[in-house]
Amino acid sequence: MQAGERHRRYWRSNLRMTGALLAIWFVATFVVSWFARELQTLTVLGFPFPFFMAAQGALLIYLLLVAFYAWRMGKLDEEYGVGEDA
Amino acid sequence: MAAQSQFTSQLKRYYSLYTGGVIGFVVLLSILEQMGVPNQTLGYIFLGVTVSLYAGIGILSKTSDVSEYYVAGRRVPALFNGMATAADWMSAASFIGLAGTLYISGYDGLAFVMGWTGGYCLVALFLAPYLRKFGQYTVPDFLGARYGGDGPRMIGVFAAILCSFTYVIAQIYGLGLIVSRFTGLDFGVGVFVGLGSILFCSFLGGMRAVTWTQVSQYVILIVAYMIPVIWLSVKHTGNPVPQIAYGYVLEQVTAREKVLNDADTPDGAREAEVRGILKQRQTDTEARLRALDAGGENYLAAERSRLAGQVAELRKRHAADDEIADAEQALGAFPQDVAAAKNAWRAEAEADRLKSSPIAAHAEPYAGPDEETRDNKRKNFLALVFCLMVGTAALPHILMRFYTTTSVKEARLSVFWSLLFISLLYLTAPALAVLAKYDVYTLLVGSSFSELPSWVSAWASVDKALMNVSDINRDGIVQLAEVTIGGDLIVLATPEIAGLPYVVTALVAAGGLAAALSTADGLMLTIANALSHDVYYKMIDPKAPTGRRLAISKGLLLVVAVCAAYVTALKPGDILFMVGAAFSLAGSAFFPALVLGIFWKRANKAGAIAGMVSGLSVCMIYMYITYPFFGVNAPLWWDINPISAGIFGIPMGFVGVIIGSVLSRPPTAKVQALVDYVRYPNIAGDEGRSAS
Repeated sequence: MQAGERHRRYWRSNLRMTGALLAIWFVATFVVSWFARELQTLTVLGFPFPFFMAAQGALLIYLLLVAFYAWRMGKLDEEYGVGEDA
Repeated sequence: MAAQSQFTSQLKRYYSLYTGGVIGFVVLLSILEQMGVPNQTLGYIFLGVTVSLYAGIGILSKTSDVSEYYVAGRRVPALFNGMATAADWMSAASFIGLAGTLYISGYDGLAFVMGWTGGYCLVALFLAPYLRKFGQYTVPDFLGARYGGDGPRMIGVFAAILCSFTYVIAQIYGLGLIVSRFTGLDFGVGVFVGLGSILFCSFLGGMRAVTWTQVSQYVILIVAYMIPVIWLSVKHTGNPVPQIAYGYVLEQVTAREKVLNDADTPDGAREAEVRGILKQRQTDTEARLRALDAGGENYLAAERSRLAGQVAELRKRHAADDEIADAEQALGAFPQDVAAAKNAWRAEAEADRLKSSPIAAHAEPYAGPDEETRDNKRKNFLALVFCLMVGTAALPHILMRFYTTTSVKEARLSVFWSLLFISLLYLTAPALAVLAKYDVYTLLVGSSFSELPSWVSAWASVDKALMNVSDINRDGIVQLAEVTIGGDLIVLATPEIAGLPYVVTALVAAGGLAAALSTADGLMLTIANALSHDVYYKMIDPKAPTGRRLAISKGLLLVVAVCAAYVTALKPGDILFMVGAAFSLAGSAFFPALVLGIFWKRANKAGAIAGMVSGLSVCMIYMYITYPFFGVNAPLWWDINPISAGIFGIPMGFVGVIIGSVLSRPPTAKVQALVDYVRYPNIAGDEGRSAS
């Protein structure tokens, strides 16, 4: 029941993906909010861009991010044979 | 597998029928309303039917099986767990308070929208799948197993109770307000009616009952939130999708703000006139405060007799009735002693100062007169977002929900469903705030005092703090600076602003009640489980038979409920601060120890204790020394508000875990094997353990 090489590779892919998604999360949330005043002149659907991001854009990105993670991890589980039905 | 999919399709059928039933019920009541049934009765029927519905589901789900009681048998499908989590998550603060906060603070209020949704990314990436694989009953369970010994578990229990209790008080407070406002019952009675129905849900069936009532509460709360906003959106834009339509309404609001702030336009000139009067009032009040500081009791007595003289004088020359009434009211409300006068006048001066400044643009981030104020606001915005997000990923009543799914895969999926169902409301709240603002700026401002919109006069007569208009410059026309709106009004009054019948108002009240009840349910169960499972079963009497464990849990639930009701009845103040505080506390105590426990094998018991204790203490100390309620009023660190104390506590927690772990021996092979067990959904030789 010790984790083998295969498991370590699975875990590394998981960490890489977690890191990448976390970076997207960070940019959508904190970087955009930090520069909110500078981005004020851009317009999306009638909204100033920072307002759109904080009220809608970021939420949609979070949703996509969580959906992608659930889907991709399911695939990864199968690929490495660590899925629950394996 | 087959049994599970049959179970799922059965659930879908039941809840579709239920949703149809709810809509049918609303239609039936609106027919009754047309037939002339009085509003008060409709309100009673609405609250009575929904509350007994929840209680009914609670009774049907009664159980004496441990796994059913603590984790709903671990067979809740991802979709339904998503709904239950959403109801568990969205409290009275989200349902009633959020749109109001957004109305008042514009862009800066969006910190709550992002913070309360973005946290689910952290739940998905760092916690939900791993906790599900671990597969026990509570969050302290994980700390106990991962770090060994009773120390980490005990701190976990303490932190879980601390933040859940802070949070539950805010819920019960909201509950009491809603029940008392819509039925006319006393606040205290409202609290006990609400609590009674909470107990009915969770007392007999634990997590199982809470799960299935929360799903039904979600349906009611989302329907109640959406109907009036969609209606309002159609009214102003002709588009039934408010989330898309309000961008253009926002443009109009922004244009209107410019007009009202520009003293060269006729509307702007009238606003400027009112602001001038308010500014004068503020200066006068400040002068009185200075005189009070100098003269003390004597000055107060002189002022009081001056007011009394005014009343007598007005009477003598038979002045207009409302003028006399105003003067009498001022005399009646005159503060009793110096301390009370100081507080009241300070609040008055502050309110006038706010209303006499130009309108802050709704869509402008971090508005402020100078660079320093703007920077300050930006800093606090980001800090608040961070604390709310990390707190989301650490609140035990939310994390506990991910123990109830059938598998790791379902747990990941269920985070997605949760976030989707939560986002429905959070995408709508900013739209509601803008639509309501449009209504106020264009329809209310500029209308004449003799024919105010009916919702304005209706709410102004209920509660002056929620809605107040007074003709300050006596020109007979409403100016924005003459309108005072309390945040909670926005959601409560939307049906009337949109011109919908009273039934929809009652539906909104039922929605707010569902939001408060579902959150309070989850929280009380968390507290009772921490005490019965972690303290009694795991630490005091590990041999206790099942029957006694559940009996103790149910008994504790009663005790917790009574304590919570008692504390709530003392009305300990600001709801938003209490909710925010719970997030900062949870984030500081749990997040570092939980995440490092999964992602860093080297983390050990000493580290966990050091991290949890230091994170939690820093957070609590900062709140204690800076939040005005406690009266210490120490200077802020880097200007961070006390609500975001977690910005110091959370990093401190990480540092504590790392330093404590590095300085002591690595964890045993058995613990490292547990970490592997948690990391992989299925690892060879696993089957025996995953059957639990």
